[in-house]
Amino acid sequence: MNESLLMLTVMAAIGLGTPLIFATVGEILTERSGILNLGVQGMMLIGAVAGFWATFTTGNLFLGVVIAIFAGAALSSIHAFLSITLRVSQIVSGLALAIFGTGLASFLGRAGGNPLVGNPSRAVFEPVFTGSITEIPLIGPLLFGQDLLVYLSWAIAAGASYYLFHTRMGLSLRAVGEDPASAESAGVNVSRIRYTHVLIGGALAGLGGAYFSLALTPTWQDDPIGAAGWIAIALVILSSWRPGRAVFAAYLFGAAERVQFTLQTLGEPWSDIPSTLLAMLPFVLAIIAMIVLTSGKRARYLGAPEALAIPYFREQR
Amino acid sequence: MTQAPTDTLAVELCGVDKSFYGVKANDNVDFKLAQGEVHALLGENGAGKSTLCSILAGLYRPDAGDVFFEGEEVTFKNPKEALASGVGMVYQHFRLVSNLTVAENFALGHPDTGVRLNQKEIHKAARELGEKYDLPIDPAARIWQLSVGEQQRVEILKLLYRNVKILILDEPTAVLTPQEGQALFKTMRQMAAEGRSVIFVSHKLDEVKQVSDRVTVLRNGKTVGGVATADADTRELARMMVGRDLVLPTRDTVEDFGDVMLSVKDLHVPGDRGLEAVRGMSFDIREGEVIGIAGVSGNGQRELAYGLVGLRKPSAGSVVLDGADITNNTVLEHIDAHQGYVPQSRLGMGLAPGLTTDENLALKAYRSPPYSKGRRLVASAFRDEGDRIVDEYDIRGVRPGLPIRLLSGGNLQKALVAREIELEPKVLILRSPTRGLDVGATEQVRNLILKERARGVATLLISEDLDELLALSDRLLVIFEGEIVGEMPAEEATAERLGLLMSGQVEEASA
Repeated sequence: MNESLLMLTVMAAIGLGTPLIFATVGEILTERSGILNLGVQGMMLIGAVAGFWATFTTGNLFLGVVIAIFAGAALSSIHAFLSITLRVSQIVSGLALAIFGTGLASFLGRAGGNPLVGNPSRAVFEPVFTGSITEIPLIGPLLFGQDLLVYLSWAIAAGASYYLFHTRMGLSLRAVGEDPASAESAGVNVSRIRYTHVLIGGALAGLGGAYFSLALTPTWQDDPIGAAGWIAIALVILSSWRPGRAVFAAYLFGAAERVQFTLQTLGEPWSDIPSTLLAMLPFVLAIIAMIVLTSGKRARYLGAPEALAIPYFREQR
Repeated sequence: MTQAPTDTLAVELCGVDKSFYGVKANDNVDFKLAQGEVHALLGENGAGKSTLCSILAGLYRPDAGDVFFEGEEVTFKNPKEALASGVGMVYQHFRLVSNLTVAENFALGHPDTGVRLNQKEIHKAARELGEKYDLPIDPAARIWQLSVGEQQRVEILKLLYRNVKILILDEPTAVLTPQEGQALFKTMRQMAAEGRSVIFVSHKLDEVKQVSDRVTVLRNGKTVGGVATADADTRELARMMVGRDLVLPTRDTVEDFGDVMLSVKDLHVPGDRGLEAVRGMSFDIREGEVIGIAGVSGNGQRELAYGLVGLRKPSAGSVVLDGADITNNTVLEHIDAHQGYVPQSRLGMGLAPGLTTDENLALKAYRSPPYSKGRRLVASAFRDEGDRIVDEYDIRGVRPGLPIRLLSGGNLQKALVAREIELEPKVLILRSPTRGLDVGATEQVRNLILKERARGVATLLISEDLDELLALSDRLLVIFEGEIVGEMPAEEATAERLGLLMSGQVEEASA
């Protein structure tokens, strides 16, 4: 593989990995509070359509991002209410959210007199820096050839990591996810922590969705994000609930998605491998990673929050 | 006592009511706590002590009644408000997040305004506090790495770190060896001497006599009375607590037992975290013999029971029941070999909470007649057998068709023990069979166990309650960190000797 082809693959992996970082870090924060939200796919799609619509209507890219964040958070509030206040099964509620969000996004893309579907975005995220700085070998494009949201994803992953392990709020969050009864006895408001972080998770999923429709493939189509939402849920486990590791996990999967195109350009014998087979690669990788990580003794060091997906009743005896 | 408590009232509760599922846990309770005193709350299990404390600590809200804190009426909406006012509680089941460090548990929910978590500062404060109260701890240790006694230290220091004025200790000595209990009493007196008030919940009269300034006695959710400890006579306190003079049944001495029924050789059983929890235990139980396993909880008792009944595969060693090796048998094969098992958690493992009493009573026997005909279940047999067992074992409160979880703790336990006895066991494995029961139910369950002993059943009694062990066991083994560190006939056992062994400080060569 020559150098420029490797560079292309790495750059593409960063692009494809960026929405996964947003969604994965969001889901990590949600799950750290003890709430499992399987609706990431739905929230990402709603973020994607809402962000695209806002930018399509106003031409303002940043408004699109803001609307996407709010849309994702709004959808997640349904899950928060159902799972925290009403204490319904989080699996059922999350799956319902995924199906609902998928259908709603598709509907919104086709609704109205001038539907979004098939239209290109009026504005697109472009690399922030231009000129000679991006021409430094290797680190030039890697560090300076990215758009704003890529830098934001790095900041969010680093910020979430600091928040989780070095702030009082982060400590409360971890405690609520591990043992809500003990956290409450220590004076932590369990419901508030859980609501807050389900909403943050939804907001970040919405942002991840918008990255697809405003940067990666800035045209509205029915299925703009593939299975990114489902992969993000797997990445949470792969990164063992640590935001820092989510970056590497996301890029690994970004690369896996890109490899099929890279192999095509390499010519014989690589291009003979059926592309449908290669398209499976990220999912096969996800399954293998899960098996390796959750089997045997390793599972104990994984660090899944102990109270994950368990509703909390205070006066239970 | 070291220092006379002041007359200033720290807390007053008037006419407090609290019900759970229609059962009154607190019924018009009055309680007064003076500043600087150690105040014992005495009562049987289920008398409403824990409920009263939980109300004071803001965990439960009373259905009726008033709470006065330093003369002002308050309603604590949650534990946070109670803590902010200076009321902290050490629960029976510790409220520590086990995957976090000691220092992180200190910082959790602390009202400090800082955003950043300053680990260094908290470590220093924790260490200093530990030195001041002579309760040394390692701030960097994770809670799950600590022994139960150490965890209790962390709980108490955590509250002192918040500088609480009122400490509620709910049955703190239940998880301690007698020696650790003495050290705790010293700490309690030290805290009272500083002007803090300590509520000491217990059902053990001698402890109450030793450490408290005043006693309030609860029975069936009601206040029976309050007296200065110095004026109280132990017999009188006992009568106030139980409501009558009562002597619990104990075994009679038997000289020779039958043949060896259960033989355990060099048994190793893995724990939850992969390490071995039972590390080479060997003992024999003969027909009609009760062997008691004494130890502080968490020293391998659970894994020993799991290993013996087939719930967890032993990693080495053998278990032989009536001549047949059952080491690697399934749970069903253990049942078929007439091995009865009463687990510690009645509703968690022992009974299916959502099924009816009849169904629960048939849960181990339903595969054979009269419950089954071929592959079909016989509904009338469930009913008839159920009625017979309920009647025979005096299980009260049973309503046909309703789930068993609605029964009281004592009746649940009677149902569970009855089901195991109905299997005509050759071996009975019992874990804390009278834990949390009132005296009446304790009496009935003890009698059932002694009746089986007389029938020739080999019984293993795994318990943390020394009184129960001493009353029922013929021979006592002491378990510490998964090994037997001492063995003696019950006649030679004393609380002191057992306590030293349980804490792992001494080891006696086993006979």
